[in-house]
Amino acid sequence: MCLAVPGKIIEIYEKQELMMAKVDFSGVTREACIEHVPEAKIGDYAIIHVGFAISLLSEKEAQQSIDLIREILEAGELGGVDPA
Amino acid sequence: MTKNKPAMESPICPLPRKHGDKIVQGHGSGGKMMADLIKDIFYPPLANAALLAGDDAGVVEISDGVRLAVSTDAHVVSPLFFPGGDIGKLSVCGTVNDVAMVGAKPLYLSASFILEEGLDISLLEKVVNSMKEAADEAQVQIICGDTKVVAYGEADGLYISTTGIGILDPGITIGGSQARPGDQVIVSGSLGDHGIAVLEARGDLGFETSLESDIAPLNHLISAMLSVSDKVHVLRDPTRGGAASALNEIAKQSNVGILLNEGSIPVKPAVAAACEMLGFDPLYIANEGKLIAVVAPEDTPKILEIMHQTRYGEEAVVIGQVDESPQGRLLLKTGLGSTRIVDLLAGEMLPRIC
Amino acid sequence: MKYLSEYRDADLVHGLVDRIKEITTQPWTLMEICGGQTHSIIKNGLDQLLPVKIELVHGPGCPVCVTPLELIDKALAIASKPDVIFTSYGDMLRVPGSQADLFSVRARGGDIRVVYSPLDAVKLAQENPDKEVVFFAIGFETTAPANVMSVLQADHMGIDNYSILVSHVRVPQAIETILSSPHNRVQGFLAAGHVCAVMGYWEYIPLAEKYNIPITITGFEPLDIVRGILTTVESLEAGTCDVNNAYIRAVSEKGNQSAQASINKVFEECDRKWRGIGLIPGSGWRLRPIYSKYDAEKRFQVETIQAEESPLCISGLVLQGLKKPDQCEAFGTLCTPENPLGATMVSDEGACAAYYRYRTQTQDSREIGS
Repeated sequence: MCLAVPGKIIEIYEKQELMMAKVDFSGVTREACIEHVPEAKIGDYAIIHVGFAISLLSEKEAQQSIDLIREILEAGELGGVDPA
Repeated sequence: MTKNKPAMESPICPLPRKHGDKIVQGHGSGGKMMADLIKDIFYPPLANAALLAGDDAGVVEISDGVRLAVSTDAHVVSPLFFPGGDIGKLSVCGTVNDVAMVGAKPLYLSASFILEEGLDISLLEKVVNSMKEAADEAQVQIICGDTKVVAYGEADGLYISTTGIGILDPGITIGGSQARPGDQVIVSGSLGDHGIAVLEARGDLGFETSLESDIAPLNHLISAMLSVSDKVHVLRDPTRGGAASALNEIAKQSNVGILLNEGSIPVKPAVAAACEMLGFDPLYIANEGKLIAVVAPEDTPKILEIMHQTRYGEEAVVIGQVDESPQGRLLLKTGLGSTRIVDLLAGEMLPRIC
Repeated sequence: MKYLSEYRDADLVHGLVDRIKEITTQPWTLMEICGGQTHSIIKNGLDQLLPVKIELVHGPGCPVCVTPLELIDKALAIASKPDVIFTSYGDMLRVPGSQADLFSVRARGGDIRVVYSPLDAVKLAQENPDKEVVFFAIGFETTAPANVMSVLQADHMGIDNYSILVSHVRVPQAIETILSSPHNRVQGFLAAGHVCAVMGYWEYIPLAEKYNIPITITGFEPLDIVRGILTTVESLEAGTCDVNNAYIRAVSEKGNQSAQASINKVFEECDRKWRGIGLIPGSGWRLRPIYSKYDAEKRFQVETIQAEESPLCISGLVLQGLKKPDQCEAFGTLCTPENPLGATMVSDEGACAAYYRYRTQTQDSREIGS
């Protein structure tokens, strides 16, 4: 259920009254429907599943989570996970 | 999942059921279904030593010390033209390569054409010119042919079937059964380019890339390799079913184990990205201008050196090694240090959602 | 690839695995219910890296493979009709029904086409007004926004020759079924990251409290998965039953509310059969009556097709980790990967298919492991 890949939104347009985007996956581009991420802007990264953006990827969180793992492995503790 | 045992990576889920009564697409994809079809339907009535060797070309001795290598291929690619090539170039290079993969010098081809009613003749001209260019580069001649026309709708525009003949120098023994423990596995360049380029050109899955097919005649590259070493044990071009299927076959034919190093396998970023999107593994995607060579380790440096200096071999790299066991198996050491089994492609590759 | 490759860093993965080893004091049984996570675990050999005390049980996370026999048979019936273009996600073509799969139907002249996105199926309907285009709308919650949007779009554009055959399944109900079994052995769950990207994880909080079990929202790359496992084990070692989000870059507690609104507009909750497991109440979605004209089951009158799952199949027990595949009387005889009965043998990542392969390759495994 879960094959979804992050891609960069490089163009936004309307097609048959649906909000669509051209998404770049490191050298491969494909159209995706962004109706469900209306806040998307050009330059944003989105998670694309069967031609649909299911969420935007927070680049800040993405970088932070890697940095945090690195720092804390060095220091010997772990955190950086959101408790509900 | 059994603890601490190597995991299975199959490219497909779910596994295909057996189709024993009608031909389905999986029978043509270069994987297990096709292998079973050949073993169950073609081999029994037609069996002979050359056929059963199961290499890219059949080798026969026609008189004392004179051996011929013969190979045949049908080309049904759609669309007829795609970035980096077309059905004409593919048909010449594909057969030249199959003959060259047993170490023979390809000399002559035959070409038979099945033309669909309504095909533009100007398109056919382009295809034929492309064949000429490829034949000139490979230094082979097309010496006979045939033409048939079928009704509109009965061929995707055009099918081409080619047969190639070459001469095998005495003393050359190259074939799938010749791999030995300790040998190294070399690939001549990046994997998956052709399959992804054609998939994109078909347009069904809607993605775009600037990737081009890698179609190329490899006989000159092979000549160069054989000029510096007599310890090239296996040559194989990983077409349908990809490198994984070709290496599985070699492992079985030679009764050895082959271990690949994931980090060494060259894949272009666009191929990797398309595979991520669709849930494919580049190891199973067709190549039409790449070869796999299994060679004695003491000759690896000079073979690599000559490949790097020869067209189509510039990016050659060692991707694995041959071991005594597990016999008949292809394994992969992942970037994380774990090991998994890489099986023969079972049926056809289909995009995944999960 | 950006935002994928970074999460495959071997040093970071091994660092987290070492932490798991440090903090694990007793055996724990974890389950992931997500085909994508199962695939990643197998592809990267992650279970080889984990300490022996951590057992990973692969749950029924492949929507393709849990699609009940009945629905496959309905799909085959519709696909066999003249003037139907039957469209589907790729991996569905291989799923065996009672007698055949979609490839068999294609071999007999059925017009069956793989599409990457359901909008491609809607486009086919527009381009072929004289045909009926049917889309096999399967999936967990991740795929629902795409599937429902195709209906909304067809409705908006007045496309009458489009319909969907629905087989949607939902994760929280599956988790509840597993947890509510008196013999359940699963002690912690890795929740499917992309399901939660759509639905959020608010549904898991009452589950965690009711069954006193930690649930960690987990991504798909090796680093994400070991992170999810570490977080879950930390909770287990501490005796807490938290819901934690270890996939923050893509998931929020509320999820994608725009997607949820579309889903609620088009779908309503229903009971669903899961192949080899049986009926799980409330575990599915179906089209609301207002959209019933897009329901392919009604349009093609295949509602009465029934198929009984094999009485021999114990997929449900295997999935809960209660029985091993080779304890099933049909294992390897009536039920093989080529002629599977339940989801765990249909799915190449299913426990039974995996066991079948190990059984035939025990020699290989021993040598590799040594």
